[in-house]
Amino acid sequence: MSAALASAVPVWRRRRLQVSQEWLLLLGIVALVIVVGLVNPRFLALRNLQTILLGNAYIAVAAIGMSMVIISGNIDISIGSLIGVLATVSGSLAVAGVPLGLSWLIPILLGVVAMSIMGAFVAYLNIPAIVVTLGMMSVLKGGLISVTNGVWISNLPPGFLLAQEKVFGVVPMPVFLMVVLTVAAAWWMRNTSAGRSMYAVGGNVEAARLCGYHRQRTLMMIFAVHGLFAGVAAVLFATQLSVIQSSVPANLEMTIITASVVGGVSILGGTGTVIGSTLAAILIAAIANSLVFVNISPFWLRAVQGTLILVTVLADILRRRRRAKAR
Amino acid sequence: MCPNTEPTATVSPGSAVVRVPVLQLVGVVKSFPGVKALKGVSFDIAAGEVHALLGENGAGKSTLIKVMSGVYTPDAGVLRLDGKDIRLNGPDDARAVGIATIYQELLLFPELSVAENVFMGHAPRRRWGALDWPAMRTKTRALLDSLEITDLDPAQMVGTLSVGNRQRVEILRALSQDARILIMDEPTAALTERDVQRLFAIVRRLRERRVGIVYISHRLDETFELADRVTVLRDGEYVGTKAVTDTSPDDLVQMMVGRRIENLFPKVAVPIGAPVLEVRNLVRRPHTLDVSLTLRAGEIVGLAGLVGSGRSEFAQTIFGVTPAESGEILLNGKPVSVRSAAEGCHLGIAYLPEDRGIQGLVRPLTVRENLSMAMLTRLAHGSFIDRAAEQELAQDGVRRFGIRTSGIETVVNKLSGGNQQKVVLGKWLATNPKVLILDEPTRGIDVGAKAEIHRLMCELAGRGLAILMISSELPEVLGMSDRVLVMREGRVVVELPREAATQERVGGYMMGSEAVPQAVAS
Repeated sequence: MSAALASAVPVWRRRRLQVSQEWLLLLGIVALVIVVGLVNPRFLALRNLQTILLGNAYIAVAAIGMSMVIISGNIDISIGSLIGVLATVSGSLAVAGVPLGLSWLIPILLGVVAMSIMGAFVAYLNIPAIVVTLGMMSVLKGGLISVTNGVWISNLPPGFLLAQEKVFGVVPMPVFLMVVLTVAAAWWMRNTSAGRSMYAVGGNVEAARLCGYHRQRTLMMIFAVHGLFAGVAAVLFATQLSVIQSSVPANLEMTIITASVVGGVSILGGTGTVIGSTLAAILIAAIANSLVFVNISPFWLRAVQGTLILVTVLADILRRRRRAKAR
Repeated sequence: MCPNTEPTATVSPGSAVVRVPVLQLVGVVKSFPGVKALKGVSFDIAAGEVHALLGENGAGKSTLIKVMSGVYTPDAGVLRLDGKDIRLNGPDDARAVGIATIYQELLLFPELSVAENVFMGHAPRRRWGALDWPAMRTKTRALLDSLEITDLDPAQMVGTLSVGNRQRVEILRALSQDARILIMDEPTAALTERDVQRLFAIVRRLRERRVGIVYISHRLDETFELADRVTVLRDGEYVGTKAVTDTSPDDLVQMMVGRRIENLFPKVAVPIGAPVLEVRNLVRRPHTLDVSLTLRAGEIVGLAGLVGSGRSEFAQTIFGVTPAESGEILLNGKPVSVRSAAEGCHLGIAYLPEDRGIQGLVRPLTVRENLSMAMLTRLAHGSFIDRAAEQELAQDGVRRFGIRTSGIETVVNKLSGGNQQKVVLGKWLATNPKVLILDEPTRGIDVGAKAEIHRLMCELAGRGLAILMISSELPEVLGMSDRVLVMREGRVVVELPREAATQERVGGYMMGSEAVPQAVAS
């Protein structure tokens, strides 16, 4: 009886419930652009909108891997430092005359190696990811400053800057990569057994184990893939300006984690998509940019980010509660 | 509901002393969503007596002690202390009036010393609120002396102590708060024989000191060794209270299990074929000690036993979660090695875990994703999931098992308990197993869903599946099984054909009162 009743609920309705977070974010971006555009039309200049995407594509790319890590029930707070280190490596290689292709590729490989090491600590030694990555964060941050003294890397060879490359003559390379990687990762997570294993392990380790998923292997895979995206993000970060400051960008890890969480990835693990995290990264970037145009001190950005996290988590909890009540 | 049996002062057997109840519970009712855990239970405890509380798993013992210790407030009924009605709004209230509880999982701070644990929350103070360390130590020493415990040092870290000693720290803690009533929840469950004897000595000493002790145990022999009176609960109802001198193990088992078989179990007789699963001398310490068993096609074998008797652990060893240390497993006559759950699954063994929340479902995922979880590798080409096949499988599962859901894309967390269980069942049956192990398949689901699952079991047996069913509900075991095996302390103690399996017999073997089986059999 109730089965017949339930299946009478139209399909679009069920779908809407499922994708709500992504649609909400898209709606948020559109609303923001319209409102800020009305207050200050210069915000709408194509150049400005492009700057927003161009300057923050690397955050969205890093948030892809971060989302996977959070879905699996872990977290990585070393990501900001790792990006700083890898960007410095990339720039230094390029300046030293290493072929451009290698100066992009080597940092990506190093990212995979570094994250795999952290993954091994988490998966095989059962050390909480927050501890492992906190340690790594300090090592990387301290190491980078000691080695480079925070000097700026300049005289980058021509052609190194990916931000100046355009795909098909119109789309800047970082934006192209952001879109392609997001779509590819989303598809991979949705349609492969490897992707499903992330959700299974993050949602319920015990049940996943009984179904033949290996927690350790899954975590190793996630951290390695996360390292790959971190590497790409670092290269994008290194190749956007003509100088690289060889230090760790402040609070970068927080911005990336914010993108994932605001994008709908449950901090408890088991749910979320990377489409959401990329949209959230764009939204956060747009907010930061718009503060300037509506004459609010950029120092408010942190507060805005924090508020976004709280609102998202609150909404998530309320949704869960309603769901539990409905049962 | 009004209780018709109101416990009053009873005369102690063998003496003329009138027992005046210190704490009295009258007509206590407590409901949880979906379950009525206590249906008008009365209970009382006098100073200087050991009152044993008996009942099967789920009879309501734990709920009752939680009412006494202030963790739950009853929906109806009264608590009386020294004849005056009281209301306990929390564990603090109970502690304040002298009711202390020692739970099975001891609640101690392993990094702190014995003395600190004993006086946690009510430590002696100096002026300005500073802790009075010397007083704490001397008081602990005095408590130890009063119980004639000589091998415990107040300064020792609790984390370094054995389970038996930790339990003694809990007892000291209760005494340090001047407990008049001490509730002990299965205190001997994790103890060695030597520690059990030491515990008994302490309990007797406390009785001499006029402490009233509520003692919960599954072991009948302990009840007769230690208790003065015994109260039996069954399915949340009060069955009766007796002086131990007026009763026998037989009698108590009868009281515990003697319920009417109300639900009709739709067991259908099906032809039984060749052995599918043979287990020989399987050992996986500490829970599985030399277990053998044969499962035939079309057969439902019931595995009875108390919680902790090793039933689930044995099942998980067959399935490969905890691989066997020694022994043989044969599938269709061929020896196989099962080293992991993945291997068990691959060989055609399916295990429906006891706790669907912890081991069965991935709650944030959809019905489709849960249903396909155990056989995703078979649905995938290379690594890519065949979405069409997956959807078909999910739709088929929903139809076949009558899962009531708004669609296959619904998050399983939204389904009712019975429907969640059907999802877990569907997940494992999708793998086309030859052997199906069901661990408490109907626990915590409503009667309608229960009947549906029983019907499904018969249907599956009819199609030649060999089924091993673990259940703590005796009527279910007796109603559904072709044969009944009883496990106790890691071993199968008896195998009974359907006709010979009665509640009293199976119950007697479960409780391990050796005298009972013969008595009933004769």
